[in-house]
Amino acid sequence: MPQMNMVQAINDALRFEMRKDPRVVLMGEDVGKVGGVFRVTQGLFDEFGDDRVIDTPLSEGGIIGTAIGMALYGLVPVPEIQFGDFIFPAYDQIVSELAKYRYRSGGEFSAKLVIRTPVGGGIRGGHYHSQSPEAQFIHVAGLKVVCPATPADAKGLLLASIRDPDPVLFFEPKRVYRAAKGEVPEGDFVVPLGKANVVKQGGDVTLVAWGAMLYEALDAAQKAAEKGIDCEVVDLRTLWPLDIDTIVQSVKKTGRVVVVHEAPKSCGLGSEIVALINEKAFLHLEAPPKRVTGFDTPFPYTLENEYLPLSHRILPAVVETAQY
Amino acid sequence: MTDHERHLGLYRQMQLIRRFEEEAARAYAQGKIGGFLHLYIGQEAIAVGAVAALSASDYVLTTYRDHGLALARGMSPRTAMSELFGKATGCSQGLGGSMHFFDVEHNMLGGYGIVGGHLPIAAGTAFASKYRGDGRVSVVFFGEGAASIGDCHEAMALSALWKLPVIFVCENNQYAMGTPLTRTLANDDVTARAAGYGMASDRFVCENVHQVMEHFDLAIKRARELSEPTLMEIRTYRHRGHSMSDPGKYRTAEEVEEHKRRDPLVVSRTALEKAGLGDKLTELDASVETEVQDAIKFADDSPEPGPELLAATTYKGAFAR
Ligand SMILES: Cc1ncc(C[n+]2csc(CCOP(=O)(O)OP(=O)(O)O)c2C)c(N)n1
Repeated sequence: MPQMNMVQAINDALRFEMRKDPRVVLMGEDVGKVGGVFRVTQGLFDEFGDDRVIDTPLSEGGIIGTAIGMALYGLVPVPEIQFGDFIFPAYDQIVSELAKYRYRSGGEFSAKLVIRTPVGGGIRGGHYHSQSPEAQFIHVAGLKVVCPATPADAKGLLLASIRDPDPVLFFEPKRVYRAAKGEVPEGDFVVPLGKANVVKQGGDVTLVAWGAMLYEALDAAQKAAEKGIDCEVVDLRTLWPLDIDTIVQSVKKTGRVVVVHEAPKSCGLGSEIVALINEKAFLHLEAPPKRVTGFDTPFPYTLENEYLPLSHRILPAVVETAQY
Repeated sequence: MTDHERHLGLYRQMQLIRRFEEEAARAYAQGKIGGFLHLYIGQEAIAVGAVAALSASDYVLTTYRDHGLALARGMSPRTAMSELFGKATGCSQGLGGSMHFFDVEHNMLGGYGIVGGHLPIAAGTAFASKYRGDGRVSVVFFGEGAASIGDCHEAMALSALWKLPVIFVCENNQYAMGTPLTRTLANDDVTARAAGYGMASDRFVCENVHQVMEHFDLAIKRARELSEPTLMEIRTYRHRGHSMSDPGKYRTAEEVEEHKRRDPLVVSRTALEKAGLGDKLTELDASVETEVQDAIKFADDSPEPGPELLAATTYKGAFAR
């Protein structure tokens, strides 16, 4: 199997699906000739031409609105928003229109498209280039939200997303775009949406993470092991619909759980996960569920390593939970 | 002040911005500055000319390419460099960094990273000035890339309708990141829209700082005396990539060289030399050098902010968790 980083794996998935399905078109700022600011779409313009890899003006509302129209007419657009933080000029189109087609057509019709966008901190981008807006979109019924942590999952989940009958927001953890490397299956390869992955088995504490923070959770798990605490690490992969069954199964085993995410704490996805654990596994809990997250502040330029829920912040939470 | 004295002052400001940014680029390469760094090199005459025509109480807002305007407005190089370095002595105590300068004292209401998002905000400050009758003008700078986003249209439509004392300044450097003008605008005359909104317009190629001042004089007069907006488009060129991470391969070396030959900073320097002010220039350059080196040293020596700063900068009072 070829070794790839996440950028290459996403590129591979897009290329595969574009060769197979002529309805798939890419669009976004500098995705064509330049190959995207993170080079995710590199080479696709040359292979598929400017009517399938479309450079757009700086116009997020226009990009997403147009993509919705294209989807209504049977194309499968995969627009790129250059940074997740720039998705908000298109928020209205996504929330008011995209999310609602299946509902307003009585379940018969959907605007099926995948919005790809890099999210998260780790590049010292400050408050306009670092956010993780998953909760804002999950709260809108009608959207699916995906965030891979490994190159193989990035490919498999992206192909699943493009083939999914509903709109998907595909969040790419830019911090590990190139740092995450691994074997990626060639050709057709699908990782089904809605299935979490138990990356590491363990009996003492469940750690739930996704995207770039998976690696921090794994690092904390390793350090916890040195202290005799055996963590189970769950990579969520699809953030919505949530694979609560896998989480609950793990929590029933360990009785202790720490949820990790970059986004601010209040009303983050961690809040929902903890609420569901309380509903479904309350009597199995040995300690209050914990969240290690970004703070309820804008994402800072400096202090990035304080803000992010890195291993050095996860480990004490694991220890505290284990000793409760 | 004689014309020469005034010109020397403008030259010094442009040279300060140029040298400040060249040193910032070096510090970036050394890893002292992280994230993004968008250089204004090549466009300095616009901020300097505009600020020279404005009064200190007028409001200015710009994009993430904001160091030039901040320095022209009077932010000290120490404060600016410290912000780039993420230090507690920066204009936002290191929390914002390069793209997000803010300077209440000098009425610089921010560098903005969401393209186009600041245009309606400038309409709002102009509205407030009109409401208060305080005669202040708001000036908002943006790139031609921003001309395609909805906020741009909405800001201009409202400003014309409400006759707001605002100047929309499109610094058309002909590229939005890697995308040339020809592939983002069907009509490359951004000011053609002004007629549609019902506002005055002005379009010119930036050749030198005096010319910029003169054009601003007219637009400022229109805003201050008639409370009417202006859409201005100034053709210019950025010598560097979009930001430090952009090698700028979408432009030919010849094209860049061609524009460097017409660099308004060099135009000023040549004119001043011709006027026999060579010694004075050498003196000014030396003082700029001292100021920039001092800024680097100051930023280097300054402390980083502590995490306790986050809570206090999110809401007034302790709130954040
Ligand atoms: C809403 C939004 N979309 C995209 C971006 C990414 N981006 C930053 S600058 C830029 C190009 C802007 O070009 P232009 O407006 O011409 O200004 P210039 O950088 O040339 O000064 C893009 C696409 C952004 N910051 N905000």
